[in-house]
Amino acid sequence: MVRLVDVCKAYDNGTKALRGVTMRIDDGEFVFLIGPSGSGKSTIIKLLTSEIKPSDGKVMVNGYNVNTIKESSIPYLRRTLGVVFQDFRLIEKKNVFDNVAFAMRAVGCSPKEVKKKVPYMLELVGLSHKARRRPFELSGGEQQRVAIARALVNNPLVIIADEPTGNLDPERSLEIMTLLERINSLGTTVLTVTHEKALVNRFAKRVIAIDGGRIVSDKQGGYYSNESTRN
Amino acid sequence: MHGFSSFAAVGVIVACLIIMGSFSLVAVNIRTAISELEKNNEIMVTLDKDLSEADAKSLGSEISAIANVRDRIYVSPEEYRESLVKEMGEEYMIGIPPDVFSPQYRVALEDISFAAETELILQAIQGVDTVRSPSREMSALLSVRRVVELVSIILTALLMVVSLFIMANTIKLATFDRREEIGIQRMVGATKSFIRWPFIVEGFFLGIFASIAAYFLQWAAYERFSNDIGKLADSGVLNVLSFDELRLPMLAVFVLIGFLVGVGGSVMAIRKFLKT
Ligand SMILES: Nc1ncnc2c1ncn2[C@@H]1O[C@H](COP(=O)(O)OP(=O)(O)OP(=O)(O)O)[C@@H](O)[C@H]1O
Ligand SMILES: [Mg+2]
Repeated sequence: MVRLVDVCKAYDNGTKALRGVTMRIDDGEFVFLIGPSGSGKSTIIKLLTSEIKPSDGKVMVNGYNVNTIKESSIPYLRRTLGVVFQDFRLIEKKNVFDNVAFAMRAVGCSPKEVKKKVPYMLELVGLSHKARRRPFELSGGEQQRVAIARALVNNPLVIIADEPTGNLDPERSLEIMTLLERINSLGTTVLTVTHEKALVNRFAKRVIAIDGGRIVSDKQGGYYSNESTRN
Repeated sequence: MHGFSSFAAVGVIVACLIIMGSFSLVAVNIRTAISELEKNNEIMVTLDKDLSEADAKSLGSEISAIANVRDRIYVSPEEYRESLVKEMGEEYMIGIPPDVFSPQYRVALEDISFAAETELILQAIQGVDTVRSPSREMSALLSVRRVVELVSIILTALLMVVSLFIMANTIKLATFDRREEIGIQRMVGATKSFIRWPFIVEGFFLGIFASIAAYFLQWAAYERFSNDIGKLADSGVLNVLSFDELRLPMLAVFVLIGFLVGVGGSVMAIRKFLKT
């Protein structure tokens, strides 16, 4: 479960990225987070992963209090999250299998567990046949599916995707979003930042709109409305 | 491309260790030579010739009272003559009148490096005629030892600092090489120690590898030069130690320094470049 209460965030240079955000995402939800550029979406995600601390207000993530978390506990908070970025962030010199395996090794899984689990994840994202390919041999959509497999491989409670389809054409975007929906249907909470109206409208999930660091709308089965956001 | 940098770091550390090691080996040799000489080096204090035996013997306690004097042995004129006969042969004494010799003290010192000061004090004693100092090569060695020891301490400190920074830089480049991996490890929840450990291990192995390489090179160099010096100084004053006697402490010191530089350098780099 993710909970923000009256969260403000001012960066060191004085930029006020968030000005009193309160929201709650329950286990099993699928949520779109939308808003114009610079509205504070990525800032919310960085708060959830404890990359930054709130200036004010409370941030709770899967039982961890981000305000007071000890540095040594941050890795364990992050293990409850699977993060996906617009730019995939795969390791170019590792093949698909090893990219996914790398995340398991990083949290201390044995080679045996890795061998068992990775093929299963690759199957889930439909890339079993490309396990030995390197990232540059894959399309953008395929690369993002590898990144999703990697985010998922350590059984996180929540998948957080920051514009996962930002670099993809509409068809690939739809594929990725469908994959995330499927992952959600298997029980993982999904929070997706996106700019893509068509997708948001098509999936008819909960939509939280943010603008200027404030939540301007939060609707179930919502769509991308023009009043609440500028683009 | 931190491969080249690792190679360079090992090279520099090897060079530092060998420079340091060479000076230390020279210092150790001088030190052994000195203690060898110290064993049979005494100050000869010749007393006034007309001093009675009783008076001469009473000077003994005065000599003993000097702080730097460890021991003193009284040698009567007769005993001295006998020792000369033993050393040189009876023919040597032909034509030398028996009463030409003076009573003496052989004085052993606590610390030979203060010999000059002690001599002055001995000279000032009433009834002392001449004071003969330890051999000249001794005082030469003493001053050389001081210089060599000072230089090797300063060099060791300096070169260790240089090596540390080079090692730190190598590890910094290694973290830079792997920054993407590190970013992903952090993102998926790898612990700090899990992320840092490989860099410490890398520094450790580079340091140990460098120290072992330096040890073998040092060994070869020592065998080569000690042979030449040994031939040169066949007088017996400079008895060059064989490497076998130095092998273990040498290896221990090299490995210790390699370890300190390797692990220390990587810890320095990690503290700076892998903060979280
Ligand atoms: N590290 C930072 N230091 C200072 N200001 C920052 C920093 N990161 C973001 N900001 C500022 O905070 C505000 C919110 O940024 P944020 O990245 O959360 O926006 P966003 O909604 O993700 O935008 P986009 O859709 O372009 O990714 C912006 O004004 C941005 O310039
Ligand atoms: Mg953003």
